[in-house]
Amino acid sequence: MKITVNGEQRNLDQKVSLHEFLEQNKINLNVVVVEHNYHILDREKWKDIALKDGDNLEILQFVGGG
Amino acid sequence: MTDKLKIGEQEITNRFFTGTGKHSNDSIIPQLVHESGIEVVTVALRRVDLTSPEENILHHIPKGCILLPNTSGARNAEEAVRIARLARACGCGDWIKIEVIRDNKYLLPDNYETAKAAEMLVKEGFVVLPYVSPDLMVAKDLENAGVAAVMPLGAPIGTNRGLQTKEMVRILIDEINLPIIVDAGIGRPSEAAEAMEMGAAAVLANTAVATALDPVNMAKAFSMAVDAGRRAYLSGLGPIKTEAEASSPLTGFLS
Repeated sequence: MKITVNGEQRNLDQKVSLHEFLEQNKINLNVVVVEHNYHILDREKWKDIALKDGDNLEILQFVGGG
Repeated sequence: MTDKLKIGEQEITNRFFTGTGKHSNDSIIPQLVHESGIEVVTVALRRVDLTSPEENILHHIPKGCILLPNTSGARNAEEAVRIARLARACGCGDWIKIEVIRDNKYLLPDNYETAKAAEMLVKEGFVVLPYVSPDLMVAKDLENAGVAAVMPLGAPIGTNRGLQTKEMVRILIDEINLPIIVDAGIGRPSEAAEAMEMGAAAVLANTAVATALDPVNMAKAFSMAVDAGRRAYLSGLGPIKTEAEASSPLTGFLS
């Protein structure tokens, strides 16, 4: 299935939860915020979300800025 | 001196705010913040690079600092609101510096979209600090909308050109019953002091610090200048005259 992550298309071979996807991509779970299909998700929900074809994810974190 | 700046529910002693962008090495930030006594620091929100996840800036910001995320990257009110909600979801408080920019050359803020975003974000319970061009009518609208402070620019972002908007900022200080925080373009501590002498409530500078040869010392210099300017403002500056007026008595001279 194809999903869009931070504006780029990704192919997923198998079904994974959002939480698993983040872990597989070595994302620091403590510092990111995730928007799933334009809804901000509480981190407690990450394990409950099974990613599906056409999903849109935005994974963001704070960076240096003025 | 117990002169505190109140923004939202927070009381702030150090009126110099700094950004965390453009540092050649972010590990300098804790030392810079500690040595200057800085309490408010800005950050931005960006997509994580999945190919090489970056180090987290929060790791470098000392505990106890007030985090002021900005909405940089927003080109209209809706995008600013979206970024603000995401920033709050990061769990670092509800302060937000609204920054709406669609002019790539001078990076001047879009006051109209900023005001729209401010109105929405105040209703959602954010402590809203809008970055604006110093326009009195917009500042009044923002005040009526319930923002916590107004942040007029001194000069375009990152230019180090100083307080080019001085007269307009002065009008905001006179007419707006909210803290006026001069943001952007301030290049030298003396310019920060000048803004504070006028009655600005605080000054925010990033580029001037981050691009200095010694950012730690420069942050300290800014912090001291802002404090000096504040003390001068509170002390009441003496009158300016065209002709000389002797400070020593004009009597009792040797013949």
